[in-house]
Amino acid sequence: MNEDCDEIRLLIQADLDGELRPAEAARIAAHLEHCPRCAETQDQLAILSERVRRETSSYPISEDFRAALPKPVARRRPVWLGASFGAGFAVAASLALLLVPQRGAQWPDEIVASHIRALQPGHLMDVISTDQHTVKPWFDGRLPFAPPVKDLVAIGFPLVGGRLDYLEGRPAAALVYRRGQHVIDLYAFAGTDTPGPLSGSGSRDGYNFIRWEQDGMSLWAVSDLNAEEMADFVREWRRA
Amino acid sequence: MRWRFRADPDAASFERVVLPHLDSAHNVARWLVRDASLAEDVVQDAMLRALSYYAGFRGGDARPWLLQIVRNVAYNVLAKRAQRAETSLDDDPSADAPDPADDPEAALGKLQDLRQLDRALAALPAELRECIVLKELEELSYKEIAQVTGVPIGTVMSRLWRARQVLMRQSQGCEA
Repeated sequence: MNEDCDEIRLLIQADLDGELRPAEAARIAAHLEHCPRCAETQDQLAILSERVRRETSSYPISEDFRAALPKPVARRRPVWLGASFGAGFAVAASLALLLVPQRGAQWPDEIVASHIRALQPGHLMDVISTDQHTVKPWFDGRLPFAPPVKDLVAIGFPLVGGRLDYLEGRPAAALVYRRGQHVIDLYAFAGTDTPGPLSGSGSRDGYNFIRWEQDGMSLWAVSDLNAEEMADFVREWRRA
Repeated sequence: MRWRFRADPDAASFERVVLPHLDSAHNVARWLVRDASLAEDVVQDAMLRALSYYAGFRGGDARPWLLQIVRNVAYNVLAKRAQRAETSLDDDPSADAPDPADDPEAALGKLQDLRQLDRALAALPAELRECIVLKELEELSYKEIAQVTGVPIGTVMSRLWRARQVLMRQSQGCEA
């Protein structure tokens, strides 16, 4: 082994990895002819590579999990953007009716189901912080819009964290608030084109939800908190 | 000012371009976090992010692009878990605990041999392990590995070299 060998071993590796141009590969071949140590290194690397490919596990995705993954859903474009508001809206709306009938009616179910899923251990938060200045930047780059992060600790609804969520084919920011032992999820979607009415409230399976529109976003608050305190929360949040 | 999506991600295009790489995404996630259910969490989160970043995807091969997202999510998850472990004095349970998929009957010599490299790879430090997984199992080029891991190509080369030295030592140690 001579001085060259330290440098050349990375090239031997690169050669086996198919990364060398022909001229460099020829240079390596020439070196190997008169350097038994390097030739042995090459053999060992080749054997190892072959063994790693053959003997280590590969983990393809399970079919069940693949089926359970969120699917991208084609959706109508935000209708309030273009100049051709009238015609565009009519066409988009009628298409939406044809393609996804009654989708709006399922939204409360989806939101409540998502909230219940999030309450399972380990699923509630991606970023844990009581500081809105930590939570807000965390969403930067993770969502194509900037969700409004507000802390309401002063009036008894501390912000405790946030997470990314995904509902009916749309990314959402979920802000997590607490009221005593109760968890409130506040979902923010970009655009006001979520199906169904833009505001209102209701309940599903003992969970109350309130939806409204603000600053061009669709917002949903959901919790097992009583309806009165939910209304307080939403009123204060809108005001903050 | 009204918030709006920068672009309407084209669902059909996403399905065609990104979804074919789900197996790769899962394989890399599984090797990085070394835990089956955690790997599924990582893939789910990564797909969600891929969807929201898709408008910024510049074309070309989507696989390194997706694997880069998977890797970032995986490292976030590991960091979060390490944080929790610090407070609970819990060791990384997947590091040395036997893989639950292990058959107890695997004490048979031949099977042990076949699993030995698997274990050696799982035991590598993450920055070495990811290079081997991306190179040997996913067959990415050095350039693509550099893109996924965010380090220069020279670093990829030296990490691959170090990783292979460790694997070689370990597999020779057992053959003796």
